[in-house]
Amino acid sequence: MQAPFELVAANPIVAAICAMVGLALLFGALLGFAAERFRVQGDPIVEQIDALLPQTQCGQCGHPGCRPYAESIAAGEAINKCPPGGQATINALAALLDVPAPELDDEHGEESEVKKVAFIREAECIGCTKCIQACPVDAILGSAKLMHTVIAAECTGCDLCVEPCPVDCIDMIPVEGDLKSWHWQLPQRPGLIASDRQPHSGEAA
Amino acid sequence: MRKVWETPGGIHPAENKAQSVTRPIGYLPLPERLWVALNQHAGPAAKPLVAVGDDVLKGQIIARSEGDRGTALHAPSSGRVVAIAPRAIAHPSGLPAECIEILCDGRDQWIDLYPIENYRNTEPSALLDLLAERGVAGLGGAGFPTAIKLATDRPTELLLVNATECEPYITADDSLLRERADQLLQGIDIASYLLGDPAERIIGIEDNKPEAIAALRAALAARSDQLPAVELAIFPTKYPSGGEKQLIQIVTGQELPSGALPAQLGIVCQNVGTLYALKRAVVDGEPLISRITTVTGKACTINGNYETLIGTPLTDLLTHSQLDPNRLERLIMGGPMMGIALPDSDLPIVKTSNCFIAADNTEVAPEQPAQPCIRCGLCAEACPATLLPQQLFWHAQSQQHDKLEAHNLFDCIECGACSYVCPSNIPLVQYFRAGKGEIRQQRAEKAKSDFARERFEFRQQRLEQQERDKQAKREARKLAAQQAKEAQSEASAPADSAAALIAAAQVRAAARTASPEQQREKLTRAIASSEARLQRANEKVTEAQQSGCDDATLQPLLAAQASAQQKLTQAEAKLAELSADPGKGPSPAPTQADSQSPEIDAASRAIAKARATAAAREALSPVEKIAADLAALNKRVEKLRDKLAACEEAEQRELLASSLAKLEAKQASLQEQQRALNNGI
Repeated sequence: MQAPFELVAANPIVAAICAMVGLALLFGALLGFAAERFRVQGDPIVEQIDALLPQTQCGQCGHPGCRPYAESIAAGEAINKCPPGGQATINALAALLDVPAPELDDEHGEESEVKKVAFIREAECIGCTKCIQACPVDAILGSAKLMHTVIAAECTGCDLCVEPCPVDCIDMIPVEGDLKSWHWQLPQRPGLIASDRQPHSGEAA
Repeated sequence: MRKVWETPGGIHPAENKAQSVTRPIGYLPLPERLWVALNQHAGPAAKPLVAVGDDVLKGQIIARSEGDRGTALHAPSSGRVVAIAPRAIAHPSGLPAECIEILCDGRDQWIDLYPIENYRNTEPSALLDLLAERGVAGLGGAGFPTAIKLATDRPTELLLVNATECEPYITADDSLLRERADQLLQGIDIASYLLGDPAERIIGIEDNKPEAIAALRAALAARSDQLPAVELAIFPTKYPSGGEKQLIQIVTGQELPSGALPAQLGIVCQNVGTLYALKRAVVDGEPLISRITTVTGKACTINGNYETLIGTPLTDLLTHSQLDPNRLERLIMGGPMMGIALPDSDLPIVKTSNCFIAADNTEVAPEQPAQPCIRCGLCAEACPATLLPQQLFWHAQSQQHDKLEAHNLFDCIECGACSYVCPSNIPLVQYFRAGKGEIRQQRAEKAKSDFARERFEFRQQRLEQQERDKQAKREARKLAAQQAKEAQSEASAPADSAAALIAAAQVRAAARTASPEQQREKLTRAIASSEARLQRANEKVTEAQQSGCDDATLQPLLAAQASAQQKLTQAEAKLAELSADPGKGPSPAPTQADSQSPEIDAASRAIAKARATAAAREALSPVEKIAADLAALNKRVEKLRDKLAACEEAEQRELLASSLAKLEAKQASLQEQQRALNNGI
């Protein structure tokens, strides 16, 4: 019986083939095991897109909620159909999907300057429950023939309750900032270098 | 002398402290009105406990924060609550906040006070409740509730007393130490007791306050030896040594990890003002209704420190300091480094108002326009948190929040050292504050949108569940209706079709061959009843014979007797057969088979016939088919005509006539088709 080293030295090609085959089998088994063991359930990109969408569930993109839109973005739909998210959301989506960020598509609405919440003028509410059925996040409280009210903290400002109201008693009112939500703003950037002369009127700045 | 360590960065701005410590702590005349802001610190606003029109006494609780050990607010003087309304407070936003307005009655009448002389006889948890009830909050910076800070569940090794007061101009703590060092030591003892008597108590103080240090030394020397030892740590003046993280590093040499709290190192840090308020709350029973505030700046003729009631209008304070409005360039609350500029003086003092600077134009330079960053790196050298301000500035400008977080923006203590040294006059801290604010806002929005998603998904799930339930109900109803229909059709037309007949026959056959046990039982019953009948018949026959009846009466009885006899024999035979071969079951009795078979036979015959006809039809060519149909139709027409002729009743005649007309029409169309086919061929 030859020592293993001598056996290898005597048959270098066979030894190399054996080594390669052995490695191939080993890594194949390892990959197969990993594929089974660390299998990803569902489509992770949909989750990531959904996490970036503003979750107003307003349907302005033409889908019944943010998740369906996330699914169709994953399937190749345009990323500029979300007015509540605005340009910030488009930029975030573009960064995630590594595509150029387009402008917001005007067809689906305009980005609102201020956040809004629905407010029911309770004296005028007839208790028809139509807005309750329309609310995608169950933020309206009330029951048939009893006054309804909006839970402001849970309202996403999606607007969907305004249209079904038969007596038009729902207003979208802007959310007023308070001490808690206030934060410092970025300083105004000077328009020109301080040492520069002020441009004369008519001259190009 | 205790060893101290050095911290990175830092600056040495002009101190400007001397002018406000020339006189002892002063007292203001009682203001006419007091505005107690419900929002004294960054947490949620307190809820008022009094209503407009209520009379309150000095020290009476008027509002309380929600939550466990939420701090309370107290009436700073006796009087009447005249309004609870929003008004301007000292906040960088300039937004109004709810304030309780008290119209003072001038009597300044205290509530009954309950001092605790020997606090060591009271449970620490009860004392902590008492501190919250008496409104003790951190007077050094953020106004954090002291009771919550002292209620640490980790063992504390070190109680660090922050007497640094590193910002220029401010001397509130300095004057407190000069005049009331003994009371501060009492406060330290109480805090030490509440923390379970940690191993060390150290007062950290900068060397620019020699009078305060002397006063502390004197107080420590006069202190009884039985009390736990308090050490002094004196270190060179540098801004910002008074930051909690910086002070810990100076005194212990330990650097607080990013995002960590001092409690994780077994350290609790308290400001001297807070500890003094703690002593007042426990030993004197007085709630926190006043604090020492520095009023300084060249626009004020008198610079000094005042024991100011919380809620005092700043205007009163400035008037008392003989403010010259013409010289006033800028009004600042806090120090010149970290303070905020105030739009006007119509504001109340809050618990965190340590200093007001009425600066003239020699003290604050007019704001220089920011120039581009030249990457000189001075800010990085000055940063006490060893951050990279120029890099943070870059990312804050372009609002790259993830990069800001990656560069540890949240470790920035907003001390302003970087802005101070910046040769380009870039307001760096403002960028960092804005960046922090935006990130916090985004986090809040993210939390809100996650919550909205959760609610949306729950709603979807609920709607789907409802739809499934409805569908299940619909199907159940449909199934029930179908079963009912089947049952009805079975009952009304049992032998309607051949298939039904066959099915019924099969069911019966199955019933017959049910199980040997059942059959045996049935047969046994049949035997028993037959025997009984036979016996009765026998009796009757015997009776009739005895009574001597005629043949006419006797004959049926004999027949009945015979039939009973026959049935018994049959049943016995069957039973014998069953017992002999229980698995197979009896072959159907010939009599029964006779009664059943005609039905089945008729049905199967009809089926066979129909099949044969269908097969024959398939085999025919279209021409032949039509010919056959026509022949059949002709036959039916003939028959109908005969019937019509035979029929008497008017109604039936009408019916027959109409069907005849239909048949004749069909006949005509078939003939037409036949012709067409023939022509086609």
